Amino acid sequence: MPLLSVNNIEVIYDDVILVLKGMSLSVEEGQIVAVLGANGAGKTTTLKAISGLLKTEEGEVTDGTIEFDGVKIDGMEPEKIVKLGIFQVMEGRRVFEDLTAKENLVAAAHTQKCSRGELEERIGQVYHYFPRLKERENGLAGYLSGGEQQMLVIGRGMMARPKLMMLDEPSLGLSPLLVGEIFEIIVKLNKELGTTILLVEQNARMALNIADHGYIMENGKIVLDDTTEKLKNNEDVKQFYLGLTEMGTKRSYRDVKHYKRRKRWLT
Amino acid sequence: MQEFLQLIVTGLVIGSVYALVAMGFALIYKSTSILNFAQGEFVLVGGYVCLWLYTDMGIPIVAAFFITMIIAVFMGVMLERLILRPMIGEPIISVIMVTIALAAVLKSVVTILWSTQIRVFSPPIFSQKALEFGVVRISEVYLWTVGFAFLFLAIFAAFFKFTRVGISMRAVANDQQVAQSMGISVKKVFAISWSIGAMVSAVGGTLVGNINGVNITLSDFGLKVFPAVILGGLESIGGAIIGGLTIGVLENIMGSYLDVYLGGGVKEIAPFIVLIVILMIKPYGLFGIKEIERV
Ligand SMILES: Nc1ncnc2c1ncn2[C@@H]1O[C@H](COP(=O)(O)OP(=O)(O)OP(=O)(O)O)[C@@H](O)[C@H]1O
Ligand SMILES: [Mg+2]
Repeated sequence: MPLLSVNNIEVIYDDVILVLKGMSLSVEEGQIVAVLGANGAGKTTTLKAISGLLKTEEGEVTDGTIEFDGVKIDGMEPEKIVKLGIFQVMEGRRVFEDLTAKENLVAAAHTQKCSRGELEERIGQVYHYFPRLKERENGLAGYLSGGEQQMLVIGRGMMARPKLMMLDEPSLGLSPLLVGEIFEIIVKLNKELGTTILLVEQNARMALNIADHGYIMENGKIVLDDTTEKLKNNEDVKQFYLGLTEMGTKRSYRDVKHYKRRKRWLT
Repeated sequence: MQEFLQLIVTGLVIGSVYALVAMGFALIYKSTSILNFAQGEFVLVGGYVCLWLYTDMGIPIVAAFFITMIIAVFMGVMLERLILRPMIGEPIISVIMVTIALAAVLKSVVTILWSTQIRVFSPPIFSQKALEFGVVRISEVYLWTVGFAFLFLAIFAAFFKFTRVGISMRAVANDQQVAQSMGISVKKVFAISWSIGAMVSAVGGTLVGNINGVNITLSDFGLKVFPAVILGGLESIGGAIIGGLTIGVLENIMGSYLDVYLGGGVKEIAPFIVLIVILMIKPYGLFGIKEIERV
C-alpha cells in the first residue's frame, strides 16, 4: 500500500474556481516522487489539498479522497495532518522574518512533544546538514540570503521529523550551484533519514535526476507518469520539460509546435 | 531640577502601568489584528474584582490577586471563543464595533455589580509613607506598583523570547499560514493572546487601584493606551512598553509645567496631543513595523 495516495480529487476555490479536475498520484514509502508542470497547472494546490492548508484559502476538496498511512486525511485540520507526519515546505521561502533562524526551527517543532534536550539535538541535526545556518542562528531570518532561507525552510521541515516531506519548488530563484547543493541535501534526507519526499519542481532536469518516479501535471490533472528513467527518455518530456529537441539543442520558446504538442496531452 | 526628576520618577510609575496595558493591547493586535477598544474595561474589571475579593470577601491579598488573574484569563478566553472568533473574516469595522460594544457591556456590568463611587482597598495593602532616594521622594505604594509592573513586563518578555509557546505566538503574528503549515493552532494562539491581554490589564487595574482607589474612570486607561501604542508602533510589543513609559512621563511633566499657563487639565489631554503630533510626523510610530526589504 502506498504511503500517500491521492485518488481522483477535485478542488474548488471560492466555491466556483475549479482547479484540480480528477488529480491522482501515489507515493511509496521511502521514495522521492517528483511532480512537474507549467505555471498554474495546480501543483501547489495539490500539495495544499494534502496538507489541509487549502482551508486557509477558501479552497475545498469537493470530490475524491486522500489517504495517508491508511488514514483518510481530506477535510482534516492542518494541525492534525502535521501530527500524522506530513510536512509541507511552502513555496517562496516563507521564513518567519521577525524571528531568528533558531527560533524558526523551534517553532517548526511545535507538534513534537520533545524535551529541551531532544529539541536541541534536532536543531543540531539541522545544523549538521546546513552548517551555514549554525553560523547565522541568532540572526533575524529576514536578513538571511535567499539560499540560507531555503535551507532554513527545509530545516524547519526536518524539525517535525515527518514521514513525508513535501517540497514546493525549492530551487526557485537560486543559483545553479546552490540548487545542486539543496538537491543533494534532499537526497541525503531521503537516504539517511528515510524521509519520503514529494517534490514539486519547475527544474525538471534536477528533479528527474534525483526522483524515483515522476508525474507530469497539466491543467489540474496528471497527463503522464512513469519512472524517472523512462520519463527522461520520453520525447515530449525531453522537448517540453528538459528543453531539448531531438538534436539535443535548446529549443525556442516561440516554437509554435509547443502548443500543438501540448494539446495532445489534454485530450 | 529636583522637581523635574521627581516628575520623571512618578511619571514612570504610572507609565509602567500604561506599559502593561499597552503591551496587552499590542499583543492582541499583533496576533489577531483586532484593535481592542475594550482594553481599558479589562483594567476596570481587574481593579474591581480584586478589590471585591480583598475588601468585601476578606480574602488575603495574595490569593485575591491570583484569583483576579485567573478570572481575567478565563474572561479573555471566553470573549475570544464566544464573541471574537465568530467574527473572523468579517470587515474590520464590524470587529471594532464589537469591541466597542463589549466595552460598554463590561462597564455596565461593573456599574450594576459595584455601583460607581470610588472605593479603596481597605485595609490598605501598601503604605503611603514616602521614602527618600537622594533628592527624589517616592511613596512605598508607588515602589511596589512599579516593581510589580516591571516584573510582569519582564516575565512576558521572557515568555515570548524563550518559551516554545511564546515563539509559536510570534510565528503566528509573523505569518499565519506558514505557522499553520507547521501545525501551530492559530485558534489557540488567539485565545492565549486574549487571555494574556486581559490578564496584564487586570494586573494594571489592581496596581492602580491600590494607589488611587477604583472607580469607573479606571477604564480611561484604555484610552491612554492609544497614544502609547501609536508612539511605539502598533505592531511592536517592545515599542508599546516604551510608549507606555514615555506617555506616563510626558503627561506628568507637561501637566505640571503647563497647567499654570493653561488653567489646568493639561495632564489629561497631553497624551493625545502627543498622539496627534506623532501621527503627523511619524505615522508608523517610533518603533513601527520595520518590514524587511529584500531584493
Ligand atoms: N487561493 C486561491 N484562490 C483562487 N484561485 C487560486 C488560489 N490559489 C491558486 N488558484 C488558482 O489555481 C490555479 C493553480 O494554481 P497553483 O498555485 O496550484 O499552480 P502551480 O502549479 O503551483 O503554479 P506555479 O508553478 O506557478 O506555482 C491557478 O490558476 C491559480 O490562479
Ligand atoms: Mg506553485
